[in-house]
Amino acid sequence: MTEHATPVADTDGFPEHMEIATANPGRAITVIAVSFLLSIAATFVLGWIYTQGGNPAIEGMMLAVVFGGIGFGMAAWGKWLMPKGPFVEEREVLTTEENQEKFAKTFTRGQVAIEGRRSVLLKLLLAAMGTMTAILLFPIRSLTGKNPDKVLYQYGSGWKAGSQLVTDEGKPVHSDDLEVGGVLTVFPPDSGDMAMDQTLLIRAAAAPLPFNPSATPGGYVAYSKVCTHAGCPVGQYQAQFGKLLCPCHGSTFDVLHGADVVFGPAPRPLALLPLMVDDNGYLRAQRGYDEPLGPGFWSRGGVR
Amino acid sequence: MTDVANDGMRAKTAAVAKKGAASQARHLDERLGLAGGVRWLLNYIFPDHWSFMLGEIALYSFIILIITGVYLSLFFVDSGKEIIYHGSYLPLRGVKMTEAYQSTIDISFNVRAGLVMRQMHHWAAIIFIGAIGIHMCRVFFTGAFRRPREINWTIGLTLMLLAVANGFFGYSLPDDLLSGTGLRIAYSVFESIPIIGTWIVYWLFGGAFPGDNLFERMLVIHMFVLPLLILGLLTAHLVIIMRQHHTQFPGKGATETNVVGTPMWPGYAAKSGGYFFMTFAVTAALAGVAQINPIWLYGPYDPYKVTTFAQPDWYIGWLEGSLRLMPNWETHLPGHMIPNAFFPGILLPGLIFNVLYAYPFIESYLTGDKTPHNLLDRPRDRPARAGFGAGMLTFFFILLIAGSDDLISVFLDTPLQLVVWVLRVLLFVAPVIVGLVTYEMCRELSKVPDGGKRKRANIIVRTADGAYHSVPSEPHPADEHHELLPAPVGEADLPVLVGAAMTPGRGGPPLTAPSGTVGSTAPSGIPGVSTVTRDTPPAPRPQRGLLPGFGLRRNRRPGNGSGGNGAGGGGGTGS
Repeated sequence: MTEHATPVADTDGFPEHMEIATANPGRAITVIAVSFLLSIAATFVLGWIYTQGGNPAIEGMMLAVVFGGIGFGMAAWGKWLMPKGPFVEEREVLTTEENQEKFAKTFTRGQVAIEGRRSVLLKLLLAAMGTMTAILLFPIRSLTGKNPDKVLYQYGSGWKAGSQLVTDEGKPVHSDDLEVGGVLTVFPPDSGDMAMDQTLLIRAAAAPLPFNPSATPGGYVAYSKVCTHAGCPVGQYQAQFGKLLCPCHGSTFDVLHGADVVFGPAPRPLALLPLMVDDNGYLRAQRGYDEPLGPGFWSRGGVR
Repeated sequence: MTDVANDGMRAKTAAVAKKGAASQARHLDERLGLAGGVRWLLNYIFPDHWSFMLGEIALYSFIILIITGVYLSLFFVDSGKEIIYHGSYLPLRGVKMTEAYQSTIDISFNVRAGLVMRQMHHWAAIIFIGAIGIHMCRVFFTGAFRRPREINWTIGLTLMLLAVANGFFGYSLPDDLLSGTGLRIAYSVFESIPIIGTWIVYWLFGGAFPGDNLFERMLVIHMFVLPLLILGLLTAHLVIIMRQHHTQFPGKGATETNVVGTPMWPGYAAKSGGYFFMTFAVTAALAGVAQINPIWLYGPYDPYKVTTFAQPDWYIGWLEGSLRLMPNWETHLPGHMIPNAFFPGILLPGLIFNVLYAYPFIESYLTGDKTPHNLLDRPRDRPARAGFGAGMLTFFFILLIAGSDDLISVFLDTPLQLVVWVLRVLLFVAPVIVGLVTYEMCRELSKVPDGGKRKRANIIVRTADGAYHSVPSEPHPADEHHELLPAPVGEADLPVLVGAAMTPGRGGPPLTAPSGTVGSTAPSGIPGVSTVTRDTPPAPRPQRGLLPGFGLRRNRRPGNGSGGNGAGGGGGTGS
């Protein structure tokens, strides 16, 4: 099989019969055949498992044997039993100067069509295509029915003066509900935008907090839960330090001092929702948020 | 139907089968006129090197992604409509969730073979992007991006960006707590782009986060728009490769004007086809035994639910790290603001990828090398490029670590702030150090002729009268390409001591390597000694670059090559 004294070149210049890489083709054939047989066997197991209700682990392993058997067999076949080479081929020349010259000439064949006064036509065509492109971009506006620069300022507008604080199930929050150190996510009643209205109610102390006693009755303080950095819900309260942590990027806010940023990438404090206790002992907002909530955006000028 | 004749059959059967194959080929050619083109394709020669397989892994995992993705799409529901779960997974019964999340739970638990398909899809995505990344490193460090292949470098880079984007969209589709949080961050990052940012997120999401039509739109992008773009660019990538032919490493007869390797038919087709199935097999095995993205444990996304230890998939991790390391700066302009997330989330990756896009042109400008190249560099022979690449990888790596700074803080029992500050410093210091060390190592290595090759062993023989002799061992038959040439210490390799008179005669006759002398004079340590010699000015380098480090550093052994201008030389050859 491998002993051809004078290799005969085929039409492409490759020798017709060539040495193969293994000295023991018989064994190679056995190994490859076993590999293919394993694949076939695994196919049957796979089919049986599937009819029995399936099992992801066995399915995965059997698929691996099915594909692996074929893959190993093919690769080994190619490596051991096919002409070894190495083969050498001269690279095609990408282009010649003559070809390039002809190409350029062919290309400029159209020159005559835009010479002289006809050049106006070309300019008009380009202008038409430009305006066409511009008008074709208009439907992009249909992708949203809102003007973001108007909506963004209304973030958190579910909170009005006197809004009751309710849980995500709609239960009003009483001023006795939280122990010192307790936290609760609250919303205005019938919130239409829970993503932006979400507010974290913290009982940081037993008495109003010194930094703003009028907005923190009974040690209750409420901040917007939307991080000013990237909008994650800021929800990890470390009661013993009075710190609030954002789980996404580690921004840390000082609950006892108006949620000032202590560490991390958040550029601004969380917005404060001033609280009051109504006659029945339920917590309410004195007024809504007085700034856009969450991360910054281009048309949001200046600081608060 | 073909490729017999080699599998041990008798000559007669081979001849018959061959005739059959040939007649089929004729049959097709008469109808389609295939002879010229397909024969060219079958004769196409692929150079052999293991690192050329990396791009193939990427190609094959893309095929796996399409196959498994089609299966998943038959069951996935692209709806953000909220429902209460009453399905078969008990822990989530009665929980409010979107139909997208519910259908993903159903695929995982109720669709037969659904979970294994879902996990294969996810693993294949990770392997796809990983393979692209490593393939790009290979192309970068070996200089395969040089003229005439700059276009394919930019196409490849675009493919990587598209793959990352599509990975992110696919990861976001199940609407679990982890991916929902990731979407929220992505929303804020794109919202931070000056002037158009708010419009971009509104166009994509349909409104304020989480938006009204998010899942329908993401599915169209994930299943149609991006895959189609990837498919188109991938085709262009491959067609351009075929047109220009593969690059190859020097040696084994490879020159700038030829290709040495295996022809497509039959050897390469069998090996590469087998490789496709093996990629499939590894993905399936991972899907079977290595759980990935168990969304039923994370729970459905709720904008006010808090995640802990939220890490994205690795290819987004470096962006997460970049957001985490950023100090809390924000730029205020009259009436406007550039939010914090813009700088680490948009500006930094934008700059990095612009540099990467421009890199082939930057390097060609710095080295002044405008000639086409078909032979690859060994990384060590281009110290500045290797150093720059290593520094860049270190930069990405630090950012990737920073994406898990909370886990590091817990693992090391160290305050988060300390971890962040250490990483902030490392982000700028480590790439410089790694880059310089790589640069220096490459310079040293490239001074060692044939560095990295094996030295022939010497056998110490003791004679009857007690004298010792060393005899070089027989060369190992498979080692020919890896071995140092058995050369004695020659004139050119002697160390320079002082003054011009002692400078070795570089222009002298090339050294021959009489094997009999090996071992008797100075069998080892030759490379060490010659390191010193190489500090003398070598043969003039072919480039006229601005930064000498970017040029070719390879100094070939005088008896072994054509002087300083090696086969992979920056100029002169190949044009």
